[in-house]
Amino acid sequence: MSISNEQAQAYWRENLRIIMTHLAIWFVVSYGCAILFVEQLNEIPFFGFPLGFWFGQQGSIFVFVILIWTYVFSMNKLDEKYDVHE
Amino acid sequence: MSLDVLTFLFVGGSFALYIGIAIWARAGSTKEFYVAGGGVPPIANGMATAADWMSAASFISLAGLVSFIGRDGSAYLMGWTGGYVLLALLLAPYLRKFGKFTVPDFIGDRYYSQTARVIAVACTIVISFTYVAGQMRGVGIVFSRYLHVDINTGVIIGMAIVFFYAVLGGMKGITYTQVAQYCVLILAFTVPALFLSAQVTGHILPQIGLGATLDSGMSVLATLDQLSVDLGFSQYTSGKKSTIDIFCLTVALMCGTAGLPHVIVRFFTVPRVKDARISAGYALIFIALLYTAIPGVAGFGRVNLIQTLNGADGSGASYEALKTEAKWFQQWENTGLIGWNDRNGDGKVQYAAGDAFNGAKGKPAFLEDRGEYGQRLATNAKDDAEFDANKQPFANEVYVDRDIMVLANPDIAQLPNWVIALVAAGAVAAALSTAAGLLLVISTAISHDLMKKTINPNISDKQELLYARLAAIVAICIAGYFGINPPGFVAQVVALAFGLACASVFPAIIMGIFWTRHNSQGAIAGMLVGLVSTMCYMYYFAFGSGTPDQYFLGISPGGFGTVGAVLHIIVGFVVSSMTAAPPKEIQEIVADLRIPRGATEAHDH
Repeated sequence: MSISNEQAQAYWRENLRIIMTHLAIWFVVSYGCAILFVEQLNEIPFFGFPLGFWFGQQGSIFVFVILIWTYVFSMNKLDEKYDVHE
Repeated sequence: MSLDVLTFLFVGGSFALYIGIAIWARAGSTKEFYVAGGGVPPIANGMATAADWMSAASFISLAGLVSFIGRDGSAYLMGWTGGYVLLALLLAPYLRKFGKFTVPDFIGDRYYSQTARVIAVACTIVISFTYVAGQMRGVGIVFSRYLHVDINTGVIIGMAIVFFYAVLGGMKGITYTQVAQYCVLILAFTVPALFLSAQVTGHILPQIGLGATLDSGMSVLATLDQLSVDLGFSQYTSGKKSTIDIFCLTVALMCGTAGLPHVIVRFFTVPRVKDARISAGYALIFIALLYTAIPGVAGFGRVNLIQTLNGADGSGASYEALKTEAKWFQQWENTGLIGWNDRNGDGKVQYAAGDAFNGAKGKPAFLEDRGEYGQRLATNAKDDAEFDANKQPFANEVYVDRDIMVLANPDIAQLPNWVIALVAAGAVAAALSTAAGLLLVISTAISHDLMKKTINPNISDKQELLYARLAAIVAICIAGYFGINPPGFVAQVVALAFGLACASVFPAIIMGIFWTRHNSQGAIAGMLVGLVSTMCYMYYFAFGSGTPDQYFLGISPGGFGTVGAVLHIIVGFVVSSMTAAPPKEIQEIVADLRIPRGATEAHDH
């Protein structure tokens, strides 16, 4: 391994932070908007959809796609920063 | 050209393409057979993953399911896509860095235990077999409906094709065939979806069309709610299941998706850790193209179905008229997936809430005889015409199998014949691509994880490849057997596959990566607890004497994998904490797989 132990730990901590932020959004759009608070959000009309219903059937999927890609870009940047990229 | 000729051309042409690719991409070594040589470009891997993942269930059944259960279908839509976020963030990059061939490889090495490896092999085989049976059945349904062959002959043709390219090409052949299959299946799903959306709403994109306003001044969803309520169904945009049940079902489907061995193995085929993350991103884009179209297809299909069956004035369509104007009705009746029981004797088909037949889920048990209009008679037809007049205008007389929605949609909407032929080719592509991926996982589990790593480590690469091919042949035959003699509980069995993946494989991998201190005792105890609790719960409610009011916290068997996973984590944590820490070299392996640099090609030793 080319990097020191402290650096490896710092890299891992930052990695965990990136993962946690992404998973927090992932949780809010799917479990939050489409399941736990679906009734409240359904009161809000959104381009012809009740908002909660839209999150469950369309919105969350769009957000999932965006999440994976922002994760990919953040991790590529992080790998370069710690010089662990391939 | 007639529909039959077109269907032969489309399905036959796609078969020729798959076989051509299989010959071009033959596998020469175990590495090519297991992980396609480890050199698949991420975008191709993304397409292959998408085709691998989107099975007959996604292509044929899911839109039908959403169409009939409305908002509760969100659990499946989110569960089967959200799992990719978990896969990309928590599993794929680390497993790729680990650099072996299979899931049991990871579990066996990380927990330095043959017992753990064997448990993982058992999970892999059970999960994959339950899945593959459903695929073969899907092929059978398509063949019997469009090519007028017997369902069993259809299954055998499907087996022969998969045999050819899975046994010959291994992962290499499968990967490139799956790229072609993805293209076929996405075209086959989107083209009719665009047609339907344009026809019903004037918007070409179903994602937007579902929110559109119709000529009547009401939105599509409001129309659906209205139609559903008028006929005694529950509102389309509101749910029937309890919040905790939907919550647990979604968790189980998401974690199950991320724990399915045939999906995970796809991330071993790319050259670098970076590519593993990117592949997951591509895969989800390709999956989302189909999944975001599903709610539209489901909604428009539902409106069309209700309006066709109940006629323009909503009082019912005459069966005689349907025979010429909506031929699909009788064609699907002939395959046994639609049934009509003229309960009020007016010769008209009426569709509303309730069952028209006494079978489980209202299924008819057909006789050979035909009734006065030429309809199929059943032994279990309800002979009264009772209904709750406060809720609906008439008694339901129709049984419609949910699985026909996607296949029948182009017929119902009277789209051109070539679209119908394309849908048939797409459904076959979806079923075959998934079946091939699963068969490969089964054969790898047997030749690599059992033969090479557990029973006889001294076999040569050539012998191992031979075992892999033999195992694939046996697996295809068993899968074909289940396709021809399907267990009558396919839905429960598929729920079991997800529950098992969620309760056993997924937590074991996650804990292995994110908790260095986790040891073999903890992992084995955790996997067993997750596995046994989930299996017992599902068995008790699916085959035992369990009734829904006995559900634990109101959680249905499909969502119980979530509880199993929680138990797995708690037991694993407690047992691990009470026993010795894992050896130093294992802790170093974990530290190493967290750093991307230095990922070697997927290797054996």
